[in-house]
Amino acid sequence: MQAHTLHKPVKTHASPEVPAKKAVSVFWLGSLLGLILLGCAIFSACVGALSISVPELLQIIAFKSGLTDVARFEEQKALVFWIIRLPRVCLAVLVGAGLGIAGASLQGLFRNPIADSGLIGVTSGASLFAVIIIMLNAKYFGIISEIGGAYTLSFASFAGAALTTLLVYQLSKITGTGGMTTILLCGIAINAFVGAMTGLMTYLASDEQLRTITFWNLGSLGGANWTSVIAVAPFVLCSVIFMPYLSKSLNLLILGESQAAALGVNMTTLKRQVIVLATMGVGASVAVAGTIGFVGLVVPHIIRTAFGPDHKMLLVGSAFGGAIVLTLADTISRTIVAPSELPIGILTAMLGTPFFLYILWDQKRRKV
Amino acid sequence: MIQMNDVHFAVKGKALLSNVNFHAKPGEFWAVIGANGAGKSTLMKLLSKEYAPTSGSITFRGKDLKKYKLKELAQERAVLAQQNLITLSFTVLEIVLMGRYPFYDTQPTQRDLEIVDLCLKKIGIADLKNRLFPTLSGGEQQRVQVARTLAQIWEIKEGLILLDEPTTGMDLLHQYETFQLAKEMTERGFGVVAVVHDLNLALQYADKVLMMKSGEAYANGSPEVVLTEENIKAAFGLAVRIIHHDHTQFPIIVPDLAPVQV
Repeated sequence: MQAHTLHKPVKTHASPEVPAKKAVSVFWLGSLLGLILLGCAIFSACVGALSISVPELLQIIAFKSGLTDVARFEEQKALVFWIIRLPRVCLAVLVGAGLGIAGASLQGLFRNPIADSGLIGVTSGASLFAVIIIMLNAKYFGIISEIGGAYTLSFASFAGAALTTLLVYQLSKITGTGGMTTILLCGIAINAFVGAMTGLMTYLASDEQLRTITFWNLGSLGGANWTSVIAVAPFVLCSVIFMPYLSKSLNLLILGESQAAALGVNMTTLKRQVIVLATMGVGASVAVAGTIGFVGLVVPHIIRTAFGPDHKMLLVGSAFGGAIVLTLADTISRTIVAPSELPIGILTAMLGTPFFLYILWDQKRRKV
Repeated sequence: MIQMNDVHFAVKGKALLSNVNFHAKPGEFWAVIGANGAGKSTLMKLLSKEYAPTSGSITFRGKDLKKYKLKELAQERAVLAQQNLITLSFTVLEIVLMGRYPFYDTQPTQRDLEIVDLCLKKIGIADLKNRLFPTLSGGEQQRVQVARTLAQIWEIKEGLILLDEPTTGMDLLHQYETFQLAKEMTERGFGVVAVVHDLNLALQYADKVLMMKSGEAYANGSPEVVLTEENIKAAFGLAVRIIHHDHTQFPIIVPDLAPVQV
C-alpha cells in the first residue's frame, strides 16, 4: 500500500513539478524505510533467549546515556543488550545494507536483473580464501595471526574478494574489450575455477574443518561483536554513501552503453567505481558473516517493483531494504531453533525463493 | 562544424571505413545513405566519438574530437543510436528527462523540466508521458528517443545532432514529421547528420547527401547531384528511375523493375 501512495504523485501530476515531488519521495522513502528498520532493530534487540521488554530497553539506553540514575532493570539484561544484541543488530544492518546496495548497483551496471555480487567473483573469492585459512588453521601464519588474531579469517576473505574481482576485471580487459558481457563471462569462468579450488580444499579437509567450512558457507552473524562491527562499518558506509552519486549514470546506462557515453557517462570510470564500491561492501560483509545469498538479488527486485526503476530510489531503497530483511532474518535464525542457531544463509534462500517467484509472477500479471 | 579528414577506420587490419572526407556546416542537413554494411553506422560512431579513427582526424568546432571530454561533448551534440532496447519500466517522462542529465547535478531545474515538456509536445507524445516505456509500440518508443535527443540539444547554439535511422518503426506521418523537425532544427542553426534509408526522404529534405559504398564515400554533394540513376545503381545495385512529376515539388525515385512474373 505504501508503495502506491508514494508513487501516486508521480503518476497523476503531469506538470513540471513532478521530479520535485520525486525528490521529496526519495526523502520519504528514506524516512519510511528508516522507521521500519528502526522498528525491526528494536524488535530484534528485544527478542531472544533472554527477552527484553521495550520499556526495559528504553531504560537500559537511558541509564547508559546518563538520562536517568536509577537502574530499574536486571544487570544481566543490560549486559546482554550492550555486548550481544546491539552489536549483532548493528552488524545485521550493515551487512544487509552492503549486500542490498551492491546487488542493486551491479544489476544496474550489468543491465541484468539477475546479476549480483556472486557473478563478479566477490563471494567465491572470499570463500576460497576463508577455506584456505580454515584449512591451514591459521596457526602457520604467526605474523598475520598476531596482528589479526581472530580476524585473520575476515582479512583473508576480504583480500580474496578483492583479488578475485580484480582478476575478473583485468581478464575481461585482456580477453575482450572490457564490455559488460565479457566481465560476466570472465566472472563465470573465474567462479568455476575458484569453486573447483574450494571444492578441492573441502575434499582434503578433515571432519572438523569440513563443519567449519560448511557453516561459514551458509553464513551467520553469530560472531558479531563491537570489533567486527567497527571493522565492517567503514567499508559498508563508504559503499552506501557514495553509490547513490552514481545513480544518474546508472540510469543512463539503461539506454545502452553507447547512448550513455553520448550523454557524457565515462564507462570505464563508472565500471571501476561501481565494482570497487560493491566489492568493498560485499567483501567486508562476507568477511565477517560468511556468504549470505539471495539478499542482493531479491531486495532490489522488491524495491523496483514497489518504487520504480529509478536508481536514485532503488539504491537508497535497497540499502534500507537489505538491512531490514537481514535484521529480521537474523532474528528468526537465532530464535527458531533456540538455543541453537540456524545459519542465516539457509533462511534467506528459503524465504527468498518463494518471494522472488511471487515478484516474477506479479510482474507478468501487471504487464497483461 | 564537424569535419572528417582522410578518415580510415580498421578493426584488426580489416578496413571498415577508408578515405572519408566531408564537412558538415551549421544549418546543414546531411543524409548518409548506402547499402547495408556500407559503413554508415561506423561513420556515425566515429562522429559521436564512440570509435576513434585509425588514421586521419575528425574536428568538431575546430577542435580535434579526441580532445573533447565525454561530458563536454554531451553538452554540445546529441546522438540517437540505431538500437534502443529498454526493458526496465521507466516512464516516458523519465526517459526524456535523461536527455537533460548532462546539464544538472542532482535535481533538474525548472528550465530542464520545461524543455522536457516542450520536446514532448513538439514530438506529439505529451499524452504518453506517464506511460511505461516498454509498453509502447516500436514506433512510439522511437519517438520517445527522438524527444530525448531533442531535449539534450534544445538550448545549445548551433548544436550537432547525429541520428542513426531516426524513423525506424515510425508510421508515414511521423516519419515526415521527424524529418520536418530535423529540417526546422537546421534552420535554427543546428547541424544534422542522419542515416537515411528512404531515398525520397533524403532527396526531399537533405541539403547534402553522403553516399557510402563498401566503406568509402562514393559521392557527396547536393541531393540532385548525388542521387542520380547511375549512382544509385552503383551504390545499391538496384536500377531506379527518377521521375519528375508535375504535381510534386521534388523528383521521385522509383525502382525500375519488371513486374514479378507468377
